[in-house]
Amino acid sequence: MDKSPELVIAGRHFRSRLLVGTGKFSSNEVMRDAIEASGSEIVTIALRRVDINNPQDNMLRYIDRQKYLLLPNTSGARDAEEAVRLARLARAAGCEPWIKLEVTPDPYYLLPDPIETWKAAQILVKDGFTVLPYINADPVLAKHLQEVGCATVMPLGAPIGTNKGIKTRDNIAIIIEQAQVPVVVDAGLGAPSHAAEAMEMGADAVLVNTALAVAQSPVNMAIAFKKGVEAGREAFVAGLGKQRVRAEASSPLTGFLGGMKK
Amino acid sequence: MRIWINEEPQEVKEGVTLQSLLNELGFDAATVVVEMDGAIVARDAFATTTLSEGNRLELVRFVGGG
Repeated sequence: MDKSPELVIAGRHFRSRLLVGTGKFSSNEVMRDAIEASGSEIVTIALRRVDINNPQDNMLRYIDRQKYLLLPNTSGARDAEEAVRLARLARAAGCEPWIKLEVTPDPYYLLPDPIETWKAAQILVKDGFTVLPYINADPVLAKHLQEVGCATVMPLGAPIGTNKGIKTRDNIAIIIEQAQVPVVVDAGLGAPSHAAEAMEMGADAVLVNTALAVAQSPVNMAIAFKKGVEAGREAFVAGLGKQRVRAEASSPLTGFLGGMKK
Repeated sequence: MRIWINEEPQEVKEGVTLQSLLNELGFDAATVVVEMDGAIVARDAFATTTLSEGNRLELVRFVGGG
């Protein structure tokens, strides 16, 4: 658990601890403004086939690459081989060799496949990638991925796009306790309070997409998440009080007025 | 001659380069990544890569994602 002011991933420093995704926004303009409002410095993107009937479509025009680190993901990959292929295509597109590794063979819950993720991570690390794997909140898997050289671990709070918050709290706490690399809580965070909760627990960062993109005002929601992340981080650094079963008076228990019942 | 773009057939001129094919289709080559018959084609090789009958191209680009 690192209490330094900056987020450091693979030797690179970031002031913001909020990573944002770029999917599902109603327009590229709204996406651009929400990213700006979030204060994020790392934005995720995906690779897909071109639309041959819409050759001018290019969302990258809306992302200032001097300001944001592009973090391509391997979404759509169902096994290690597909994930490695997507990562290499992203690198060929001119991105820095950073990759959010996700392997999700199950279309209903989009839960990450731990075995295929681990296989792909080994290959990609050897190939020179900075690998940020999306995983279920499994502390043992997190250790294995760290051992093969992943730059972070990104455990899910709840399945992608569900907005349910941190349903994996106890396991995320163990991952945070044991991790030697930054822990980025990814997926399922639907409200700023969820992001604050992750940060209060000592997570190094969070990644949010759906909650911003589907809000009535993505820009305002981005501001709210920025504040949630900052509040949670401040609280973690400040040191939260211990929870207890019985009350402990905040006001002195001496010097009561005469005649008051004890 | 016939090639395949993202699994769809496409008629193109004999001996066309990848660069000119992308231009003709209206793409800015700087925004597209190409796999030809399963191997990535480096962007600086687009102009010197000549297509031949039956080539299978995958053309991909970045989109929004989480």
